[in-house]
Amino acid sequence: MSFIPLFFVLPLLSAFLIPILGKIFKPLVWIVSTVVSFILFIIALYGLSATRVIPMIVYKMGNWPPPLGIVMAFDSYSALMVLVISILVFAGCLFSLRYMSHYTGQWKFYSLLMLMTAGMMGICITGDLFNMFVFLEIAAISSYALVAFGVGPEELEASFKYMVMGEIGGLTFLLSIALIYAKTSTLNLADISNSLQAIQGTTFFWMILGMLLFAFSIKAALVPFHSWLPDAHPAAPAPISSLLSGVFIKVLGIYTASRLIFNVFGLSRDTAPLFFNILIGLGFLSIIFAGLTALNQKDYKRLLGFSSVSQIGYIMLGFGIGNFNGVAGALFFILAHGVAKGLLFLTSGAVVNATGTRELTKIPGLGESMPTTAWSFRIGALSLIGLPPLVGFFAKFLIVLGAVEAGYLWIAIAAVVLSGLTLAYLLKIENNVFMKQGKTNAKQAPYTMRLAMVLLVVLALALGIGFLPIVEWVISPAAHALLRGLEYSQLVFSSMTFSF
Amino acid sequence: MIIFGSCIVLFLIGLYAIVTKRNLIKIAIGFALIEYAVNLLFALIGFRSGALAPIITKLDTTHAFVDPIPQALVLTAIVIALGTTALMLTVILRIYNHYKTFDIAEIKKLKG
Repeated sequence: MSFIPLFFVLPLLSAFLIPILGKIFKPLVWIVSTVVSFILFIIALYGLSATRVIPMIVYKMGNWPPPLGIVMAFDSYSALMVLVISILVFAGCLFSLRYMSHYTGQWKFYSLLMLMTAGMMGICITGDLFNMFVFLEIAAISSYALVAFGVGPEELEASFKYMVMGEIGGLTFLLSIALIYAKTSTLNLADISNSLQAIQGTTFFWMILGMLLFAFSIKAALVPFHSWLPDAHPAAPAPISSLLSGVFIKVLGIYTASRLIFNVFGLSRDTAPLFFNILIGLGFLSIIFAGLTALNQKDYKRLLGFSSVSQIGYIMLGFGIGNFNGVAGALFFILAHGVAKGLLFLTSGAVVNATGTRELTKIPGLGESMPTTAWSFRIGALSLIGLPPLVGFFAKFLIVLGAVEAGYLWIAIAAVVLSGLTLAYLLKIENNVFMKQGKTNAKQAPYTMRLAMVLLVVLALALGIGFLPIVEWVISPAAHALLRGLEYSQLVFSSMTFSF
Repeated sequence: MIIFGSCIVLFLIGLYAIVTKRNLIKIAIGFALIEYAVNLLFALIGFRSGALAPIITKLDTTHAFVDPIPQALVLTAIVIALGTTALMLTVILRIYNHYKTFDIAEIKKLKG
């Protein structure tokens, strides 16, 4: 028996058990989802240590050999993503206990949350293209429902907009799967990468790649296709916003795109410089445009939503630079931004829970009445801006280092200078909400909410101070897994079965 | 080749409906069109002229078989499409209950 299927079997199982358990004893829904997310975290740690021994752990569904059956391929990159997902789901569950207590139908919330987790986990560990699409739709559909969870006019409208954009992306992905299948007659990622080498560089090859990039740009909310995110993420309940911005867009957009570009299509900076320049261009467009738009926002969560679009640009920038430090920086940024933005959205939830409004100008003076929330916000913001002892600094530093090594001095300078934009829009929240003197009726956030925020604050500090072992054990194996390119397929076919 | 091209044309018609139509129900119909287009393309990819259904028997080994995998994929894709369409229509109905209209221009509360 292997541990790999547990990643999506456990959340799927709990997603369908929660409605039954909720009928028996109401608090059980929260207990089950929190315990399951904690178990997932433990398994993710175990998987991380296992990938240090065996670079590629393959699980064959129904014991069919790789090209015929569906395989689950678990390498260091999957381990990194699974770890980030489980951390944020656990923090979100902790936070939900009090935040969701005034909503009705809580079992629906936890059931959808677990379903979304199952989908995200599945995307990260699957080694099959169509399976990836199915998991992507599981995650996407449950997220549409979660965005509309409040069923107010604003939530419904945001959900509809999100659904329209997201489904265009999803169906374009399905269309490109059809075209890939027509050319290669296989769905296994490793087998596809072998077959695609024959048509590398043809018009058809670039057409499929272009369609995939379009689909995943929508899912990742890169700038020309970002319009759904600043509506959808604020409309969702705060723990869900933190999950959506923290990991969801990265798993559905960045992970899928980078896995296909590097390991399946086998592109690298040396073989396709133009394509990687396009990625850099998309990255800069996101950073600048969304950053400037964020400056104009008057809504706490909407500002953070634009900030997510802007920060996704940095990840794309790292992948676009394409050398080892650039890619490692992008992967570290996924972890760093997940923790920091997850934390910031949780503080927004605490503020909304205490004051009932998200408008920045209406809630001055919270720095005194909600000290934990204020300091959590400050640490999260400083990590996002990239201040030295925090995790965000080292992620950005690796990207800048990669840019300098690749000879793009101007990218390095621009990436550092544009941090000023991040500073500017986050200061707007700090000034209006936490620093400004004023009287707002607000009580200290409940115990479990503070616990969830403190957990992420500690992570942001710990990952920053202990960045050397993190880079060595987690980030650089993941970057190696991506940059080994077409060797991915050999590893999948040759790897042995692994058991506990 | 024309028949594959017509699938793409159907896809684009659906996309046109989604982008230009102002009625929420018509946008949902646009999605249905796109889903049909992709499913049709899948089924066509597996099609072989004059081939048999993919049930391997000892009696007839001379004929080619139709590729069964795309058909399995289409079934899965149909189920997913059912889920999204159901959710989308539910959201549309809830929006209608709030605003008493299907016109997208009249329910623009969010900007940007």
